[in-house]
Parts: sequence; structure tokens; C-alpha cells
Amino acid sequence: MNVAAGFDESTRLATSTFTVDGLRCAACIAKLESGLPQISGVVSARVNFTSKRVRIDHAANLADEDLLSAIGRLGFQAQLFVGESDAATNSESRRLMTALAVAGFAAMNVMLLSVSIWSGAGGSTRTLFHWLSAAIALPAIAYAGRPFFSNAWSALRHGRTNMDVPISIGVTLTAAMSLYETVIGGPHAYFDGAVMLLFFLLAGRFLDSAMRARAADGVAALMRRVPSDVLVRLPDGATQRRLAAELAPGMRMMVAAGERIGADGVVEAGHSSVDCSLVTGESVAVAVDIGDTVLAGTINLNGPLTIRVTAAGDATMVADIARLMENATQGKGRYVCIADRASRLYAPAVHSLAVLSLVGWLIAGTGLHQAMTVAVAVLIITCPCALGLAVPIAQVVAAGALMRAGILLKDGSALERLAAADTILLDKTGTVTLGRVEPLAGVPVDPFERGVLLSLARASRHPLSVAIAERLEREGAVSVDLIDCREESGLGVSARLGAQIVRFGRPDWVGAPAIGDGETVAAFRIGGGAPQVMTFGDAMRPDAAAAVARLQRQGFAPRLLSGDSARVVDTISDALGIAGGARMAPADKYRVIDEFAAEGRKVLMVGDGLNDGPAMKRAFVAMAPASGTDVSQLAADLVFFGDRLMPVPVAIAAARRTMRVVRQNFALAIGYNILAVPLAIAGQVTPLIAALAMSGSSLIVVANALRLRGAAK
Amino acid sequence: MTGLVVLIPIALALGLAGLAAFFWAARSGQFEDLDGAALRILIEDDDPIP
Repeated sequence: MNVAAGFDESTRLATSTFTVDGLRCAACIAKLESGLPQISGVVSARVNFTSKRVRIDHAANLADEDLLSAIGRLGFQAQLFVGESDAATNSESRRLMTALAVAGFAAMNVMLLSVSIWSGAGGSTRTLFHWLSAAIALPAIAYAGRPFFSNAWSALRHGRTNMDVPISIGVTLTAAMSLYETVIGGPHAYFDGAVMLLFFLLAGRFLDSAMRARAADGVAALMRRVPSDVLVRLPDGATQRRLAAELAPGMRMMVAAGERIGADGVVEAGHSSVDCSLVTGESVAVAVDIGDTVLAGTINLNGPLTIRVTAAGDATMVADIARLMENATQGKGRYVCIADRASRLYAPAVHSLAVLSLVGWLIAGTGLHQAMTVAVAVLIITCPCALGLAVPIAQVVAAGALMRAGILLKDGSALERLAAADTILLDKTGTVTLGRVEPLAGVPVDPFERGVLLSLARASRHPLSVAIAERLEREGAVSVDLIDCREESGLGVSARLGAQIVRFGRPDWVGAPAIGDGETVAAFRIGGGAPQVMTFGDAMRPDAAAAVARLQRQGFAPRLLSGDSARVVDTISDALGIAGGARMAPADKYRVIDEFAAEGRKVLMVGDGLNDGPAMKRAFVAMAPASGTDVSQLAADLVFFGDRLMPVPVAIAAARRTMRVVRQNFALAIGYNILAVPLAIAGQVTPLIAALAMSGSSLIVVANALRLRGAAK
Repeated sequence: MTGLVVLIPIALALGLAGLAAFFWAARSGQFEDLDGAALRILIEDDDPIP
């Protein structure tokens, strides 16, 4: 590095990852990858289309918020990717993938030699080929089998057994048996079966780990949002960096613009605006002044603030929520996946079957060699390759289909739990509604008026202006050139259009009769024409009614939970035709779910707010819109993009189809075992039959799972 | 039989070459974004060919 040390902050590089909504085609990739580096401070941007993320290398002093707005200007909605760094799970996936490649290579080459033996090579050629197979298969088994051997060993050491124990015993015995056959020049060696078995099993494991890589530890990620150290002003006026945990109520801390606030407190000096998206999910900054309360984890945007600490460390609101979420996770207990339940039954059954056939053949009077061959054949034929693939392949295909439909799976077992859910609780604000201000009625229809209004609205950053501008832009209005555009704070925007004055703002200022509380009403007027009054509010998601109707058809009776007043909740719940509960504090929501759980019901909670976090963690399974707070996304098992509510029933339908396919796959795999095991016990299984049966059943299971590609409908 | 002496090593060597190529590809991140790779050929590079 030949850059002067003084530019440290701007030359040090940082990497941020964002989840981007609206990535659809090659043009989107090109737009992001060529558009972002034009912003000063951004070095490079790389889109991962599969996971719908963009990774940006940028100067360390460029805040994530700036990058978010830059992505927004390019026409995409993005959220900071809040998952854990997935380095650990990634290395696990990578290890499995290399093992898979080695097993695949060995399987292909051994099979090449085996085919010659099956088609009639005899005598010294057969022995030579057996030796060659051994030379390829034994090192490959030693390398590719490690994931199973080490798992089996650690299970045995603790006196338990798992799926890996019969696999390891089966593979090791098969290899040893085949080596013995090779040495004595016998006709049957099962090297091909052993490596193929490893190959199919590793494929299942690899897909499984790819699913689990999506899961992230939400609570830890939440607490990382609070800075670890803050600048404290001592009573004598000096300043000092202190750990956030050492803060005590009454201390004064200084927060520079762009910094995260380290503790809850009250503003004592300075005025600025604060990004509370962590807490409220609202991305519009909130102005704060002396005497206002600010929360730990939120970001101070504009000016420096001096804050008197009221709660620090474990007493902050964010820590409170994190603690509630942690309790909820522990209370839920570990969910035992269907595959684990199957394997608990499986291992003892297989072992006793193999031992029984060994003993049976010995009693029948055959030699040890013959009896061992049969026992090994039983082990290899019952080895669960189709069973091991049955669940992960279905989940991976379904997760891919959901991702294309804008629904991200954060936890591998989420589909399984979603399919079992029998009760749905919906949060109101931000979940059934959009959670942002939208024009509800009164927007002009005349194209020219719309153009004028768009130009006026663009001149202001007031939430109502932003909402109008967004709506008009979305509907394709073309702006009209205005002169002398001026915003009068607290009143509205005015401009000249030819000789006429055009205005958009408070109704009384524009000259319309004042109605409502003035917060959610605005008027627009061209010259001396009639003023047009627009009302604003939190609009329902456009397809909320259709989505709820579909949920009802799926057999649910969704309920609305909200902290709002009964009047607001009733309007929405009546419109949707569902029951609603109003004035619920976070603890109330938590309790409602607790009661349902006590009745043995499995609750799906859909929410977006900080206050929903604990309830979502407590619920059997949870979904959150991508527009929600970070807390809700951390607590959710599934996150959906866009303005529609339909992803909720779509995900449920897909989950149910997935579980149907998983059950079919189990039936196929077990059916195959029922057919093949008698043959093995009877001593009729040659290496050829074993290879055909094994690959056949695995391929059928995979083909069946591929039917889920269109599941997200 | 003599043909085998030549053919088997060739078959194995080709297989190993494929395996090595796969390891190289996996290590350099070529399997991280399969859907994106399919789309990237459609992106036009604006830089003229020198």
C-alpha cells in the first residue's frame, strides 16, 4: 500500500451484503454491478443471483444506509443481510462437496471395471479388475467416508447410535469382505456398491447442509446491532471511550452523525434525525430534539447528539427483546425433524436384520464365509441412500421454487413446521397492511393534474409528498415543468405554472375546508380551481382479502393481533372477515401464543414489528415481510418480499406439497427395501443387483422431488 | 489384454483430470451462483475490444 496513512478511514475496505428484491434478469445484474461502483467509495459490487444478494466492497467510512439508498436509486429495494456470517456452515458444505466429488469419481471408475466383470470377464482378468477396483475404492472410501466415520465414532463413544453407525459398519464390512474376495480370487466384490452408496449418501448430506446453511442465530445478530463502545462525557468535560456494558443511567454519551446509539436515553443537546428501522421497521428517519427518547441500536443520522443514559447494557429495550426471544427459543424445545425420527427406528432394525441373517445361515449349516457374504449384502442393500435423499432433495427443490417466488427460507426445518401449522395469527400494521403511509382516496385522475402534482410532490421530503410521488411514478405519470418551486415548512409546496400558482400541502393553507386531524389529509390546487383533498393512511396490502380467503380455504381461521385501538382493528378484521384482538402489548401476543401452544396447537405467527419478535420466536413457525424490522426478520423462519400478502398461503401450500412428496419418498424408499431385503437374506443379491437397486431407488426419489419445482403457486 | 495396459491408465488419468478440474472450479467459487452465471452471458460489455 502506497497510500498515506492519514487516509486510513477512506482506504480501509469493508464488505457489506444486502438482500435485494426485484432481481429478475441479466439487465438487473448489470445495472447493480455497473451502477454501484460509480458511487465514490464503492470499489466493486458482485451480484449473486441465486441467493438474491449483492456483496459490495466499499470504503469503511461509507455507511450501510448510504449503500441502501444507492441501491434504491438504481430501482431496487434492498435490506441489509442480517444472517450470521456463514463461514462455518460453508466450510462444512465444502468438505462434503469435495468428499462427494471423490466418491463420484471413484464410483464412475469402479463401475467401468465392474461392467466388464458383469459382462463376462473371468479368470485372471477378473482378478486384475478386482485389484484395480480395490486400488481406487479403498482410498476413496477412506477419504469420502470420513464424515460418516467421525459422526458414528462420536455417537458410539457416547453410547448412542445414529444413522451413521449402520452406514459406517456397512461400508467398512463391505470393503473388507470385497478385499478378502479379491485376495482369494473369488467371483463377487462389492467395491462398486460401497462407493456408490457413499456417493448417494453424501449427495443427501450435501443438500441437507446447503439447507441448514440458511439458518442463522437471530438473537446474537440482534445484539451485535448495539455498538460495543461509546464516547462518554465525564462530569469535568473530558471525553472517554467506554464499553457500552459499563454505562450507567445518568451518564452522558456523545453520538456522532452516522453512529449507532449505544444505550437508551434522552437527548440533552443537539438535534438530528434517527433511523429507527431496527425498532419500528419504518425506514423514514424520525426527527429528534432535546427531550426526546432514543433507543439503543438505532442510528443517529444528521448531527451530533448528547444523550443522558436512562438504561444501558442488559436494561435496554433491545436487550429486553433479545432476552424474551431467547427464552422463547428455549421454551420451544428442539424440533425433531422427520428424517431424524426415521433414522432412530432405522439403525436398530438394520443391525438386527443383518445379525439375524448371519446367525440364520450359520444355523442352516453354511460356512462362515457364505454367512458373512449374506450379512454384508443385507447391510449394503438396506443402507439408506434413498432414505437419506428423501427429505433434503425435496426441501432443496421446494426452497428453490419459493425463492423464485420471493420467499426466502431461513431455516431448513421451516417447511416441515409450516406444513404442520394449524393456527394462524397475523399482526396488523406492516403485515396485513403495508405499514407505510399511502394515498387512500382523492388522487387526481386527469393526466395533466397528475403531472403537476408529481412535480410538486417531488420537491419535498415530507412523508405525504413521498407517498404521492411514489404512487404517481408507479402509475406512470409524467411530470410537468414548474418554475420557482418552494417548500414552506409545515405548510406545503408551491410553484408557478405559467401565470397560475399551484399548491400542495395542508388543506387550510391550500384553501380547502379543513377536515380530519391534518396529519393524514393533504390538498392540491391549481390556481383558482377547486381544491382536491387527498386522504392518507396505512393501506391494506392489495391482495390481503384474497390471501386471507385462500388461507380460509386451506382450513385456517386466521386471527388478527394488534396493538392498535379496537376501532382500527375492527375496520380491518371486518373487511377481511376474520376475528381480531386489539390493544395487545408484546407480552399479550406472547401469552396468546403460549395459550394456543398449551392446547397443543401449532401456531404460525406472521409479524413485522419489534413487538412481534418474542411472539414469533415463541410460535411454532414464523414469517415476516422483508419490509419489517430486523428483529422480526431475525425471529422469522421465512421472509417474503414485496407488497403482497399472498406469499403466506403460497408458502403453506408449497410446504404441504413438499411434505407430501417427502412422505411419498419415504414410501418409495421403504418399499424398495421391502422388495430387496428378502432377496438379500436369501443370498440372491449379486453386486450387479445391489448396484441396480441402489441407484434405481435413489433416482426415483430424486425424480419425484423434482416435481416440486413449480410448487410455489 | 495388452490394450488394457494402455487403456486403463488413460481412463484413470482422464477421470483424475476431471476431478482436479472440479476441485479447482469449486475452490474458485464457480458454483456459488449458478442461476447468475446463466444470465451473465447476456450482459453486454460496454468497453470496446482494444
